[in-house]
Amino acid sequence: MTTVATETAFAVATEAAATDRIEVLAEGAWAPVCDLERLAPGRGVAALLPDGRQAAVFRDHLDRIHAIANRDPFTGAYVLSRGLLGSTADGRVYVASPLLKQRFDLVTGECLDDESVRIVVHPTRLSPA
Amino acid sequence: MTTTTRPTVLLVGYGMVGHRFLEALADAGAADRYRVVVLAEEPRHAYDRVALTSYFSGKTPEDLLLAEDGFAAKHGYEIHLSDPATAIDREARTVTTASGRSIAYDTLVLATGSYPFVPPVDGKDAEGCFVYRTIEDLHAIEAYAAGSRVGAVVGGGLLGLEAAGALKGLGLQTHVVEFAPRLMPVQVDEGGGEALRRTIEEMGVVVHTGIGTTAVTVSPEGAANGMTFTDGSSLDTDLVVFSAGVRPRDQLARDCGLKVGERGGIAVDENCRTSDENVFAIGECALAVDGRVYGLVAPGYEMAGAVAHQLADKAAKPFTGADLSTKLKLLGVDVASFGDAFGTTPGALDVVYSDSRSGIYKKLVVTPEGALLGGILVGDAEAYSSLRPLAGTGTPLPVPAESLVLPAGAGGPVSLGSSALPDEAVVCNCHNVTKGEVRAAVTEHSCGTVPEVKKCTKAGTGCGSCIKLLSTIVSDELEASGIEVDKGLCPCFGQTRAELYEIVRVKRISTHRRLLAEHGRLGGEGCEVCKPTVGSIIASLAPELEASGHVLDGEQAALQDTNDHFLANLQKNGSYSVVPRIPGGEITPEGLIVIGEVARDFGLYTKITGGQRIDLFGATVDQLPLIWTRLVEAGFESGHAYGKSLRTVKSCVGSTWCRYGVQDSVAMAIHLELRYRGLRSPHKLKSAVSGCARECAEARGKDFGIIATSNGWNLYVGGNGGATPRHADLLAQDLDDDQLIKLIDRFLMFYIRTADRLERTSAWLERIEGGLDHVRDVVVHDSLGIADELEALMANHVSDYQDEWAATLADPDRMRRFVSFVNAPGVEDPSIRFTPERGQVKPDLTLLATEADLLAALDPDNSLLLEVR
Repeated sequence: MTTVATETAFAVATEAAATDRIEVLAEGAWAPVCDLERLAPGRGVAALLPDGRQAAVFRDHLDRIHAIANRDPFTGAYVLSRGLLGSTADGRVYVASPLLKQRFDLVTGECLDDESVRIVVHPTRLSPA
Repeated sequence: MTTTTRPTVLLVGYGMVGHRFLEALADAGAADRYRVVVLAEEPRHAYDRVALTSYFSGKTPEDLLLAEDGFAAKHGYEIHLSDPATAIDREARTVTTASGRSIAYDTLVLATGSYPFVPPVDGKDAEGCFVYRTIEDLHAIEAYAAGSRVGAVVGGGLLGLEAAGALKGLGLQTHVVEFAPRLMPVQVDEGGGEALRRTIEEMGVVVHTGIGTTAVTVSPEGAANGMTFTDGSSLDTDLVVFSAGVRPRDQLARDCGLKVGERGGIAVDENCRTSDENVFAIGECALAVDGRVYGLVAPGYEMAGAVAHQLADKAAKPFTGADLSTKLKLLGVDVASFGDAFGTTPGALDVVYSDSRSGIYKKLVVTPEGALLGGILVGDAEAYSSLRPLAGTGTPLPVPAESLVLPAGAGGPVSLGSSALPDEAVVCNCHNVTKGEVRAAVTEHSCGTVPEVKKCTKAGTGCGSCIKLLSTIVSDELEASGIEVDKGLCPCFGQTRAELYEIVRVKRISTHRRLLAEHGRLGGEGCEVCKPTVGSIIASLAPELEASGHVLDGEQAALQDTNDHFLANLQKNGSYSVVPRIPGGEITPEGLIVIGEVARDFGLYTKITGGQRIDLFGATVDQLPLIWTRLVEAGFESGHAYGKSLRTVKSCVGSTWCRYGVQDSVAMAIHLELRYRGLRSPHKLKSAVSGCARECAEARGKDFGIIATSNGWNLYVGGNGGATPRHADLLAQDLDDDQLIKLIDRFLMFYIRTADRLERTSAWLERIEGGLDHVRDVVVHDSLGIADELEALMANHVSDYQDEWAATLADPDRMRRFVSFVNAPGVEDPSIRFTPERGQVKPDLTLLATEADLLAALDPDNSLLLEVR
């Protein structure tokens, strides 16, 4: 697993309409998630990707849309979409796993509590209805 | 070093002072210079006899033990329990024991303590007559009281009043008989005795003073059935406790010809050495060089330290006499006496405040120059810990003495900060620790908390009355050295949970975002710690804030942990468990059938919980609303197993069916569970109601537990099971239904207001300043004047309650979250699979091992099989 942190493009919803559709990039194609209004700031939803994988999609307090793998690598359970969002003192936004509370950076996919662990991050975008 | 070359120190008597001697010897680094042998009469290791009465309010004999595990082994001490010494041969330097052992010594230390004095009246040995000295005595009293109605205590001193409190607590009609004209004649003067008497009589204890007992009358079966007195009166009673003072146990010393005092006590010099240079005597068995026998633990500890230091060849402080200061809580009344309490110093003056209506009496004895000599405090001894160290220092008080005794609102009382104390003032009387030593612990040994200072200096580990002062000194000292302690809830907030609660309440802030913006120390998202905490505070205060009471509305929804978010409990494979409320554990056969049918139809694993309800495991988020639709239709509601809130109120079957029950525990449990259901709190809350003292509902292991008595209910608080078990402490007794509910309302709201995040009531009670006494003052005696407010908060909670699941099912907006995939409604989560075990299901974890396994299981032909809608 690579240790270089790469930043992935994410959508910003500040100017978007409630009916704009959130999409995530997986295997080279954009997959639909839901309308923006379905996603409350600070919470996540789970989306099924065309290849059978799952993504956890979040909206943070700055209205940015993030998508990461839904699988919690510490337990194997597909639950990250149900974690709570937080931010560190230096402004990194993360989700805390609802099972054993490890934190994952939503922009880089790095685990903040175990640097050897990193999960997949998906780019996101908003498409007008 | 071999055992043959080490001289033997033989300690006879293993009480508090004996134990202190062993500790002091080890602390002085001399434990391995001697072979140390200990002979104990009682069947257990040394315990806290001062706190003996706490056995009746929930402490077990194990709680009272003084030594930590492995103490004797660590220092190589040989302790023989249940084997008292029976004779000393000073010529041969041997001691014979009850079991026939003969032990040779080089140095003998007698710490045999004292025995209760029983006046030589007829009938004193009848069945039903007891003394109050050991745990075994307490066991016997407790057993005998179960069949008794009336109890009398002979002796209105310190121990006598403790015993009276215990009898009262056991549900007996209680009398105290004191020969002197007032209660506690040794510690308080006439005014103090009157204040004490009035308060104690108000509690229903009958006080007889100025009369002596002439006989205990005995039934033909040989059991005590009454008493007669010197004034010709008599009293019918089933049980008599003699607590008329103690006498030094000096028989061993007498038998071997050691010098003893005319009125008892083994005579010692200022080094605690007896008339035989190889024999020491310490504690209550010793007659000190000032001609007194000290019946308090602190002087005993001083003597123990003095002897240990001599054996360690260290400079020992001679024991020439001691301060008799004491502070006690007897029957809930504070009584303190310190320094020259009776004003016997030539030229002594006194300042007295007496309010017989509220049972408060305060007297300070001062010199003409205004230096404090001593004092007596009854009814309110708050000032004891700051005043006692000042007594006898000769420094004039920094404020006029009268301002220290006046009540609030009358220009006082002034409380003295720790800065008023000189460094040499003794803060902890039990272990003789000065303010200077406490300060040094903070500045030189970098102790930053009271527990660390206690460990380092031993201050506060005796009677505990100085802990409040100790914490003031520690925080003053930390402040002075510029050390800041981060008490903040999380990186986002510098405030504690209790402080945030006050901010939310006073400023009526109803969102986490606003609280973070206005009061946070970090901007940003917040975190997984403050979000649920603030969510819980807002939920507890929802009616006051005019916020929605439903945890899934508005911003609230984004603050909740996943359990609250889905109103169910997340399990390891991503599925949830469901717990319907079964108030008091009472359920109809029809109710059981519905639960059974739901579990069967949805393929759920079922298990009975410890809280007398049924847990259904393995539901997916999509199934939760379907399951709850059926449960709500059948009349069930949310059990809040997912929330930091009231879980269950367990009950035994109570007086309706049980031949021992004295109250209807099931009805009370149901009533309480319905009253407090849904109440959001800093941590989960558990409760139970037992219908009699047999305690089948295990109420004393709960946050609030209720035990029926023939007169009503006893309320216990702060109990816990789990990893750190704690028996709940008695908060109030013999309550009627309304009183009980009023006190629980206040207790819970006070806890919610002041506890830290995830702090159970047991830890809160241990941490909160003033501990149980403070909580009792606030909850029972309304010392902060907030009882009305706390009751009103609870009344709002009760009237605002709604079943979260019924309300969720009725609202399409709240229902939208219950899908596995937001972009594929109706598609089940393929990662949640089960395999059979013992006739039910369990999570199939093999699919979760790697993502490749899951995909392979989904797609055996390696072709895409999922169509996304």
